[in-house]
Amino acid sequence: MSDCVRFENVWKSYLPDQPVLKDVSLALPTGATTAIVGESGSGKTTLLQLVNAVQEPDRGTVLVFDEPIPEDPIRFRRQIGYSVQGAGLFPHMTNRENVTLLARLEGWAENKIAERFEALLEEMELPEELADRFPRELSGGQQQRVGLCRALMLSPRLLLLDEPFSAVDPITRVGIYERFREVQAQEGVSSLLVTHDMREAVKLAQMLVIVAEGQVAQAGPVADVLANPANDYVAELLRGQLE
Amino acid sequence: MNCRAVALLLLAAVTAGVALAETAETAPVVIASKNFNESYILAEVIAQRLEADGIAVERRFGLGGTLICFDALVAGEIDLYVEYTGTLSQAILGSPEVTEVDALNELIADRGLAMRSPLGFNNTYAMATPRAVAESRGLERIGDMAAHGDLKVVVSHEFLERDDGWPGLSVAYGLDMPVTGIEHGLAYQAIAEGSIDVTDAYSTDGELERYDLKVLADDLGYFPEYLAAPLVRTDLPGPVLDAIDSLADRIDAARMQAMNAEVVFAKRSFASVANEFLVAEGLSEVRGETGNLIRALGRNTLQHLKLTATALVGAVIFGIGLSLLVFRKPMVARAVTYFCGLLQTVPSIALLALLIPLLGIGMAPAVLALFLYSLLPILRNTLTALTTIDPTLIRVAEAMGLKPGEQLRHVYLPLSAPSMFAGIRTAAVISIGTATLAAFIGAGGLGDPIVTGLALNDTNLILQGAIPAAVLAILTELVFDGLERWLIPASLRD
Repeated sequence: MSDCVRFENVWKSYLPDQPVLKDVSLALPTGATTAIVGESGSGKTTLLQLVNAVQEPDRGTVLVFDEPIPEDPIRFRRQIGYSVQGAGLFPHMTNRENVTLLARLEGWAENKIAERFEALLEEMELPEELADRFPRELSGGQQQRVGLCRALMLSPRLLLLDEPFSAVDPITRVGIYERFREVQAQEGVSSLLVTHDMREAVKLAQMLVIVAEGQVAQAGPVADVLANPANDYVAELLRGQLE
Repeated sequence: MNCRAVALLLLAAVTAGVALAETAETAPVVIASKNFNESYILAEVIAQRLEADGIAVERRFGLGGTLICFDALVAGEIDLYVEYTGTLSQAILGSPEVTEVDALNELIADRGLAMRSPLGFNNTYAMATPRAVAESRGLERIGDMAAHGDLKVVVSHEFLERDDGWPGLSVAYGLDMPVTGIEHGLAYQAIAEGSIDVTDAYSTDGELERYDLKVLADDLGYFPEYLAAPLVRTDLPGPVLDAIDSLADRIDAARMQAMNAEVVFAKRSFASVANEFLVAEGLSEVRGETGNLIRALGRNTLQHLKLTATALVGAVIFGIGLSLLVFRKPMVARAVTYFCGLLQTVPSIALLALLIPLLGIGMAPAVLALFLYSLLPILRNTLTALTTIDPTLIRVAEAMGLKPGEQLRHVYLPLSAPSMFAGIRTAAVISIGTATLAAFIGAGGLGDPIVTGLALNDTNLILQGAIPAAVLAILTELVFDGLERWLIPASLRD
């Protein structure tokens, strides 16, 4: 099984001499969910943005499905689903329009769009009657699920999730986790989840990457990391958040 | 084949040339007037005199002042208007020592202009005061005012500004009281109500007698002669000049005062007063009143809409286009907004005057001025909206793979639409109000009756422009309400 994303000796800084990523090398497995966990400023969001070419590395290489990131990022980005904290739904479009926007721009046939849209609603357990309402008429949890539908519309091979569940209340969150795990399995999509919540990471991911101060503190299958923390920082993080 | 093509081309060129020559020959003589009643009457007298000889004329009456008329004449936008010798020598040429028509003509000949024989009266400036005030204060001569520093002196704007007006007069007579400006048409009303004591007047004004005003003697001979005479472009054809010259020495001061009074107090139209005079002189046939209130109202309203709509469409396209070009560059965006704000501070009549050398008079400068005034609200609202969109939405739009054009069309524009729309709406209402000033440069519209009404101090006439303009502004609000409901999704409206 090849890797869905590989970072090779990646450096990145926004301000001179203050690198947010220092020589990061990392391989993320295909078909699984990888959680990147770290505190704010650890560089975890930058890692995510390097994958869909919103940022470029100063040095080093990022490979996505074994290919370097192409010059023209438009096609490339459409093969990668993207979901953010607070869902980021466009307020002037109905939920249906939000989800189907890319498919319409891609010139899909009407019936194909409708079919895919209904399938996604069902997978996410969203009631049909919400389709033609506007996002602000929905609860936070429902908005988040619509956001996931939008990210999945074009059946991407890779899903990028930038703390998508952190604005949702804890009880609703449990339901979304379940939905997400099922959909993830059903769609066979590789996912990259950025979060500061270790419990969320452990619940959703098979692979765990812990970043601190621009470097990988530890990377490996969730069970391995939990059983054998590589250093005091990781051990402290696990203890602090999981107990 | 080639020969035939050349022959065809030649034929086309000749035809075009002939057509051009024909239009030049039949192009109407454009007659202008300034925006006070005497100027309207004299322009109408000349217009009807030419029409009596079968010459086509176009009336551009009520232009906003001396310089606008003169610049338009130099630019060839108009062919003639009635000017006064004193105004020409002092306000226009800045050569107060030249007073004779022949000498003046030497100064303007190289600009292709000529002053024809005077019409027969001297309309000089005069300082007027109610007879009661004159008696109680013992005012006989202008110089007597110097002893009464508390006199409320209010003069017309033009008189206040001109070197040969108040600035020179106050020095010559040692007058140092404060003085303010007023629209000439309103001065008599103010003096009749007793709210001012002294104002400037023209010695042919019909109001002098009506309001029982005393003209203070100009014992120092400060005011020069202001002989009324047609100021024309020398390229006018001979028959036109002959017809104009037939009016020389036909109008004396008493006759002019009577005609002014007919218009101001008997509320008769310029056309009928002019016609009565020409008929009495045997220079024209009797003719009926032309046009009626409804038709004039319709024409003015239509013209008004044409002015504002043209300017607004231009401002929308340019303003939104420019906003889209610069909104990603904060420094440029700020500079553009400041510049448009600066334009807003130029008084509208000044802006119109500044545009005359570039665009002449009529529609073009009026539309350009309205366009410039409409830019700021549209530009500012659009830029503010574009730069304050939730950054998460922008990040999502980029990350999900929308092309720059798609980002604009599906994210930036719809999210900015409500604010953009509010800007357009503000611009539309401002334009409708400001467009009334277009009448000053001969662009017509609802300002026409307002300007004429101001010249005649005719409230009725002013309202014929002001009320439809107000109604238009309200209708515009309603139309935009409807458009907004139709165009902007409910989820973005509050």
